[in-house]
Amino acid sequence: MSDKLNNFIKNLDVSAAKFQQMAAERLGNLDFPTTKDEYWKYTRLGKLTKLELSKSADPDRLNLTKHIISNDYLVVVNGFIREDLSQYSKLDFEIDFLGSDRMSEEAYFDKGLNKKDVFSSMNSAFFEKVISIKIGASKINEGPLQIIYVSKGDHIISNTRLYIESGKSSQSEIIQTFIEKESTNSFTNHVTEVYVSENAHLRINKAQLEDDTNSLITTEQIHQEKNSVFKINTVTLSGALVRNNINIAVAGQNCETHMNGAIVTKNNETIDNHTFVDHRVSNCVSHENYKYVLGGKSTGVFNGRVVVQKDAQVINAYQKNDNILLSDFAKINSKPELEIYADDVKCSHGSTTGQLDEDAIFYLQTRGIAEDNAKKLLVRAFVGEVIESFENEHFEKYINTQLELIHGWKN
Amino acid sequence: MAGYTEDELKEELKSQEYEFGFTTDIESEKIPVGLNEEVIRIISAKKEEPEWLLEYRLNAFKVWQEMTEPEWAHVQYEKPKFQEISYFAAPKKQYESWDDVDPEMKATMDKLGISMDEQKKLTGVAVDFVMDSVSVATSFKDKLAELDIIFCSFSEAVKDHPELVKKYLGTVVPTSDNFYAALNSAVFSDGSFCYIPKGVKCPMELSTYFRINESGTGQFERTLLVADAGSYVSYLEGCTAPQRDENQLHAAVVELVALDDAEIKYSTVQNWFPGDKEGKGGVYNFVTKRGICHTNSKISWTQVETGSAVTWKYPSCILKGDNSIGEFYSVAVTNNYQQADTGTKMIHLGKNTKSTVISKGISAGKSQNSYRGLIQIHPKADNARNFTQCDSLLMTDECGAHTFPYIECQNNSAKLEHEATTSKIGEDQIFYCQQRGLSEEKAISLIVNGYCKEVLNKLPMEFAVEAQKLLAISLENSVG
Repeated sequence: MSDKLNNFIKNLDVSAAKFQQMAAERLGNLDFPTTKDEYWKYTRLGKLTKLELSKSADPDRLNLTKHIISNDYLVVVNGFIREDLSQYSKLDFEIDFLGSDRMSEEAYFDKGLNKKDVFSSMNSAFFEKVISIKIGASKINEGPLQIIYVSKGDHIISNTRLYIESGKSSQSEIIQTFIEKESTNSFTNHVTEVYVSENAHLRINKAQLEDDTNSLITTEQIHQEKNSVFKINTVTLSGALVRNNINIAVAGQNCETHMNGAIVTKNNETIDNHTFVDHRVSNCVSHENYKYVLGGKSTGVFNGRVVVQKDAQVINAYQKNDNILLSDFAKINSKPELEIYADDVKCSHGSTTGQLDEDAIFYLQTRGIAEDNAKKLLVRAFVGEVIESFENEHFEKYINTQLELIHGWKN
Repeated sequence: MAGYTEDELKEELKSQEYEFGFTTDIESEKIPVGLNEEVIRIISAKKEEPEWLLEYRLNAFKVWQEMTEPEWAHVQYEKPKFQEISYFAAPKKQYESWDDVDPEMKATMDKLGISMDEQKKLTGVAVDFVMDSVSVATSFKDKLAELDIIFCSFSEAVKDHPELVKKYLGTVVPTSDNFYAALNSAVFSDGSFCYIPKGVKCPMELSTYFRINESGTGQFERTLLVADAGSYVSYLEGCTAPQRDENQLHAAVVELVALDDAEIKYSTVQNWFPGDKEGKGGVYNFVTKRGICHTNSKISWTQVETGSAVTWKYPSCILKGDNSIGEFYSVAVTNNYQQADTGTKMIHLGKNTKSTVISKGISAGKSQNSYRGLIQIHPKADNARNFTQCDSLLMTDECGAHTFPYIECQNNSAKLEHEATTSKIGEDQIFYCQQRGLSEEKAISLIVNGYCKEVLNKLPMEFAVEAQKLLAISLENSVG
């Protein structure tokens, strides 16, 4: 293990559970990636890895009213599940909190993760408890379940873990919000594992609103069985370094996969989205749409990868990445990749980078709208396409409110 | 397709494996295999090179020794054994003028379809012919000299115009640029040199034909093309090699310099031996091609790639001057076990720079065809504009087509568009053609030609015909 990594995790201890011991051993052979690694080409971890971090359970009663957008919600503060702040009915979602000693019970757990990835391995070694959510077969949940991840205090590291299993023919929605309360220089290392059974519909809506000195790295490992529909929406509005790794293995036929992202920045953020859809079987559709609006000195990274394996015929895959640079110092790196080993496919991608249309701004000005407002209106319309795909008006309203609070956009 | 009918194509397809798979029996001089400082000194001495060029080579060799072979490309191959290659092979006789050229050599050129006699008269194309390592002859020299255009082999240029070579050599592709560029800088044997003086529009197309003839040799040619202010030149390059079992290495460097207001059009038809149906043999084509554009200048790359077992090639433009333009048009065909990782780099440094990238990939057999392109907008490149389109066509269920674009933008006034599609050749399109009485083979040829038209249209006339033929041959019996 390199000194850097050793130093980074020195304040964390591994439990006695075999599962975590093994993960820690694995971690011992890994190191932080550098920009020489193709997978981390555009994102520097220097600032993050220099932080002196420790974990800390925070007992305060937090007022989270503004962030609660569902009747059922779970609250996790600094990586510790806070049942006292949560409220949920066990009828709709089978919720369980698993310690690492119970890991062997879950057949899918940790299987799909890339064992060479330093962050998910770190998570496996150091998570406190896993939130396990099971949705029973044929269960159709009207309301979503929200999980609120809170960073509180300074120099905190949280390793949070979520496991979702949506049963056959079930339908449900999970909302994840990553927020901070008086927190600086902290790091959340999150892993979600999802198993979507036959005919199941699952939607995950994510809002990432970290402090501008906080970092957030999420790894999402999804497995889709036949005839299932999986949708994941990511909204990132702040954070020093936010990296989302979404890996979707489509293992059954007739699946639908959707990924959407809206990223709005104004300061020094680095927002990096890596998505990977692995089409292993025939007759599937995947659709991806990421929109970046970058201001200040922020950097955006988009790397979308679609692989169509040999003999996975009749695949329709589409990737789109549109970017607007608002300031002279904002940067965008876009890398949509297609790797096709089958022939009967329709795969395409598009990537555009540009700025607001001056004619459109002028038009709005002639209609009596000040230049500043005209710009906001246009940017709002630009990300609107993604925001409207959430299929949840409460979440949509929440994002709009946050856009107003963080970026001063009026609706 | 002037003067070339479908029936002719049919005749050709019957007999065609690799048309250029012949070897020429010419006495040649080949130095022993292996690479070390001594070999570089021998090459340099044989070519009677000045001290500075030897220094340049030795320096490059030092740099190369410290580099490792790149592995990021989406290709798999057995690494060339650099100590088992002969780095210099030349036909023994050197010719004073075109008329002295060995009849057998002339016959080779005839087979290649570039009969100089004919071309001199009919097409007005000036040809520089490079066999193995040495430039054999250059036609039309006198006519070009009237306009003060210099078009000669690289070795001649080193002797006759050292100041120009010294000034521009290595300015676009520095020695340390990459593994194969460093190797080339150390051992390059010959190539073409071209200089177009200020304000001159080159009246004819300049052309170079490369051929690897000897077995167990590598070809490392070096092309340097300088278009001085306000000039224009169109340059053609063609490549073939005999059919051999082992893998031959071709590692060339091409440097283009377009000074203010100049325009360079560089076209390549690459038809190195691709290996046989089992994937045995074939040329490794690891080429570094790059051009630098000064103010208001333009560089346009057009390439048709049908050969080589493994291709690794990214003709690029550095758009340094304001208002400069870079273009890249490419058709890359892979069949059987061929692997290609090609694309372009457009580096936007100056204001109001524009670039266009059109790449058409066709994969057949069990081949892998990748597009890898970089569009980089630097912070000072205001109002930069790029349009990229890369399409891939899949012919069988065992081949692969991949797209790896890198788009890096650091200026907020840039407008960048990128689109890529991958799809199968349309069954309904083939059916439609068949319904109109065309055979399946013809239908495919028609569709593929239509698919590549955007690129083929950019080629000079003579090349366009050859390219169309090549496409048809490369894709013969390829639909699965």
